[in-house]
Amino acid sequence: MTWLTFRQFRAQAITALAAVAVLAVAYGYTGPHLADLYDKSGLRGCGSGPHCLSLATAFMKSLRADQVYPALFFAGILILLILPAVIGAFWGAPLVARELETGTYRLAWNQDATRTRWMAVKLGLIGLAAIATAGLLSLLFSWWAGPVNAAGGFPDNLGQFTRITPLMFIAQGVAPAAWAVLAFVIGVVIGIVVRRTIAAMAITIVIVVLLQFLWPNFIRPHLLTPVRATAPVTLEGLNSMLVSSSGGVAVAVNQPGTPRLPGAWVLSNYTVTPTGKTFYLPGTASSACAKGSPAQCDAWIAGQHLTQVVEYQPASNFWQLQWIETALLLFVTAGLGGVATWRTRRLLT
Amino acid sequence: MNLQTGPTVSAAIEARNVSRAYGSSWALKDCSLDIPAGSITGLVGPNGAGKTTLLSLATGMLRPTTGSIRVLGAVPGHGTAQLRKVGFVAQETPVYAGLSVAGHLKLGQRMNARWDAELAASRIRELKLDPRLKAGRLSGGQRAQLALTMALARRPDLLILDEPVASLDPLARRDFLAGLAKATAGPQMSVVMSSHLVSDLERICDYIVVLVASRIQVAGPVADVLAGHHLVSGPSVDRSDLPGDAEIISAARNLGQKTALVRAAAAPQQLAWTVTRPNLEDVVLGYLGRAGEGAVDDAAVEAAAVEPAAVEPAP
Repeated sequence: MTWLTFRQFRAQAITALAAVAVLAVAYGYTGPHLADLYDKSGLRGCGSGPHCLSLATAFMKSLRADQVYPALFFAGILILLILPAVIGAFWGAPLVARELETGTYRLAWNQDATRTRWMAVKLGLIGLAAIATAGLLSLLFSWWAGPVNAAGGFPDNLGQFTRITPLMFIAQGVAPAAWAVLAFVIGVVIGIVVRRTIAAMAITIVIVVLLQFLWPNFIRPHLLTPVRATAPVTLEGLNSMLVSSSGGVAVAVNQPGTPRLPGAWVLSNYTVTPTGKTFYLPGTASSACAKGSPAQCDAWIAGQHLTQVVEYQPASNFWQLQWIETALLLFVTAGLGGVATWRTRRLLT
Repeated sequence: MNLQTGPTVSAAIEARNVSRAYGSSWALKDCSLDIPAGSITGLVGPNGAGKTTLLSLATGMLRPTTGSIRVLGAVPGHGTAQLRKVGFVAQETPVYAGLSVAGHLKLGQRMNARWDAELAASRIRELKLDPRLKAGRLSGGQRAQLALTMALARRPDLLILDEPVASLDPLARRDFLAGLAKATAGPQMSVVMSSHLVSDLERICDYIVVLVASRIQVAGPVADVLAGHHLVSGPSVDRSDLPGDAEIISAARNLGQKTALVRAAAAPQQLAWTVTRPNLEDVVLGYLGRAGEGAVDDAAVEAAAVEPAAVEPAP
């Protein structure tokens, strides 16, 4: 059974190995140069003083000026983002669907191995391959992007693109491996249900992408209780104020005169009045903001004794979130693996 | 009269009132069988009669809706011990298109404890198949031979073949049947093979099962079945002219002469009649004709017209 699994998986395994090898060369070659730049920037061991902030900004500016580093950085994120869908579609979906489509299931399931064993070996070995592929790539990219993470992340240290934020979170650490194996098993289950390879591949891609979108919006923020920070709204902070279409006011973080939350994943950011109500810019024509200059408007807002409320996952929660998410996804994976095995036992009987 | 043999000590296939439905239609209805171990059984019937369903039930690929079926004394397809005892050459003889002939033999070796590598290799040599050739590039006949090799080399106690020659040209058909006959001559192995053509089965089978319109029409050793049927020709052959145990299976009129296939223990006698011994084809055609005349209830005929879609490759 092990032999058959390896033999049928050979082409995919070679493709995966080749991809990992090419990326290992690209990131392995440029990684030390990136680390070297970081060392020369004086950031190592600098801490979080204002002096270090400007050093980090200078370091990131120098990276952005380069042709290669931003390209490799965003390519790495992109590859790790689409990897689960690719694994689900190309490794998972055809696993049973192709056997059904070509009729070879009648050959495969009339050897000594029971369907349960057939499925257990296939799910086990290819699942491990999915974990290994995504795990290796994530490890490689996490190592390579280490200096970028330490300096606050691309595009610069606004804190909008650090490794705990949704796009980056499943491109670093251990979670990518769990996402890959989950997508694989989703593909297998859909292949069993749909019974047609191409359709199963398409549906798998849609479901995995949907899950990748829904998860960071509805589940990940609650895996750990978000931290709530409040700060008085200052005149200086209003320079980085954003006004929503409904008139709500949000003051950016990590800006002069605003809360310092380096590397945080901001979940919500709003402004409240002294009585605790959410603050909206008055729509009446009499307000300073309607007829006065921007400076008069800012001065008026600053005089309202407003408080900025930020809910966020601090950068320090990264690894805890990674492990919780990984455990949760592996749990779901195991459950779906059980479903796949059970369904296969009963398939067409 | 009951043409089925009584329960044997060791039955290859033992079915008790087995029915199988697909949705609301019956692919197999109330089927009881005792195929003795060691026999070479031909399962014959028109397309859509339920042959694939019956054989799929015997391999455990399908489960009966009602009734019970035991193969070599155990639940079909249940567990490695049972899977090991049964070899199956499925309809259209599926093989892995991307896997070479040698790859298939390796697959067999790696997956089966009883694998006879010597037998497999010698068969491939005799067939003059290039071991490096991908199975997807084999002709239909070669593919069927490869599938047969895969099943034979597992050294099964029971070999089940579902219309293995249906799509082959006459030459490939002859070669396949010759190979099968050779393989079954030696070891004590039961064989059940289905076909819609009697001529495929006639030469190698010693047991026959006729399945028409989801129901078993007749089952028994070929010699007994032949001895129990008679071709009666005369100006008039009616049920009332026949002894009490006799049954007219089918009748045809030609130039004022009526010829009837009659099932009876002893040959019926009348001065005006010519009674001859039918061959297997006469018997089978008789039962096929009977089904066509509506002797079997319409629901079953209708059900039989529905190919058992679930055992076909997924659409």
